[in-house]
Amino acid sequence: MDARLLLLAAGDNVAVARQEIPADSLVMVAGRQVRLRQALGFGHKIAVKPIREGERIIKYGAPVGRASAAIALGDYVHHHNVRSEYLPNTRAVEAAS
Amino acid sequence: MKGWRRADGRKGIRNHVAVAYLVECAHHVAREIAWPYRDTGRAGAAHAIGFPGCYPNAYAAKVMQRLCTHPNVGAVLLVSLGCEGFNKRSLERAIRDSGRPVMTLTIQDDGGTRSTIDKGRAWVEAQLGELAAQPAEPMAVSELVVGTICGGSDATSGLTANPAMGRAFDFLVAEKAAAIFEETGELIGMEDWMAARAVTPELGEEIKACVAKAARYYETLGYPSFAPGNADGGLTTIEEKSLGAYAKSGASPISGIIKPGDIPPRGGLYLLDVVPDGEVRFGFPNISDNAEIVELIACGSHLILFSTGRGSVVGSALAPVIKVCANPRTYDRMAEDMDVNAGRILTGEADLDTVGREIFDLIRQVAGGAPSKSEALGHQKFILTYKSFSPLGPACLPAVA
Repeated sequence: MDARLLLLAAGDNVAVARQEIPADSLVMVAGRQVRLRQALGFGHKIAVKPIREGERIIKYGAPVGRASAAIALGDYVHHHNVRSEYLPNTRAVEAAS
Repeated sequence: MKGWRRADGRKGIRNHVAVAYLVECAHHVAREIAWPYRDTGRAGAAHAIGFPGCYPNAYAAKVMQRLCTHPNVGAVLLVSLGCEGFNKRSLERAIRDSGRPVMTLTIQDDGGTRSTIDKGRAWVEAQLGELAAQPAEPMAVSELVVGTICGGSDATSGLTANPAMGRAFDFLVAEKAAAIFEETGELIGMEDWMAARAVTPELGEEIKACVAKAARYYETLGYPSFAPGNADGGLTTIEEKSLGAYAKSGASPISGIIKPGDIPPRGGLYLLDVVPDGEVRFGFPNISDNAEIVELIACGSHLILFSTGRGSVVGSALAPVIKVCANPRTYDRMAEDMDVNAGRILTGEADLDTVGREIFDLIRQVAGGAPSKSEALGHQKFILTYKSFSPLGPACLPAVA
């Protein structure tokens, strides 16, 4: 795993950025080099496994939402491809109102 | 550690005079009375607290009574306008029955603003003198009640500060202190894990019901406990934020559920249910972090552990707030406001146990009289609004240690 990324628990399908990583950077994820299509902010998540639509996002060994679209290895993981299993995301609420 | 023993046997780690306004109309007078004595350089100062509403509310009356008879409070001045709905005689009686000096000033009867301020300051000054002469006694960790809350969270909160505070909570519970965590709206998605930690299966069911109530409540409001700043910090969903918030509770068994104003009956870990019962009536359960802090204090918390990633500066009236900063960058920008730099866990300079122990040591220092950062900076924030609660269910406080 890239030193700029933090995998919180073995088996997680996302890792967290320890620092901001600019767009177009090459990062090592699960033994593969991937090019970031957008900047990854400090604390933001990146997929370390391919995630199918509807599959759970696992961080710290716990589910934190479900993929609302298929997510490729190395993709940025946030509101655009994850939905809460409990309540709408704040951003989604804002967009609807 | 040392504390001032009260008639009910509890000990306070501070010896403050509370100046309590009983309606917003009396707020200015109360604030003016307390202001010259807000920082006496001693363990006792005058802090303004109060309830802004004109219409009476059982929850607010209970919280005000608990605060005015809180172990950190040595004397109370009540400031009434005169026509508000608050039952000041009942509050005054409860304070007197607790063995504390109390006086009520009524602005309409005491000559208006200036005259009431003058009378109030004279009384407060005399009380602070009396309190300063009171000897403190040795106090054990087992006599402490500590509350925890997070505010201005980001993705680092759940990685560093919250789990480190959870370790500190485990150390406290091991020494038979009472530790309180709260905000069930921020525990949505964690209910099954939490229920498994309850000391009885019935309490586990109550915990699940508690979180389900919070989920329903926030759904009705159409807004989870999730601010745009949380998303900017990399948190995507309420359950992701919950996972981080949940880490504050540590790993001890959960001994019970309490509601605002309920004092933990013994040491252990308690979940404070802050979401009102019944239909959604008065809006958001807690409109800002200080509303939760006030409830934790009303449950007897001597001091509050506060984790922040984005950089909160809040402190509170009556009880010191210890700020644990989760994000190393935020710490660098706001070191003067932060008591602990838990961001060292992220940069690899410290591990969770080290920071957890540091927090535990700091709790004992602050309880022993050392001011926390927000306390030294004068953050005596206070907010109390309307709520309604049903009494606790019988399974909420099992009679097991």
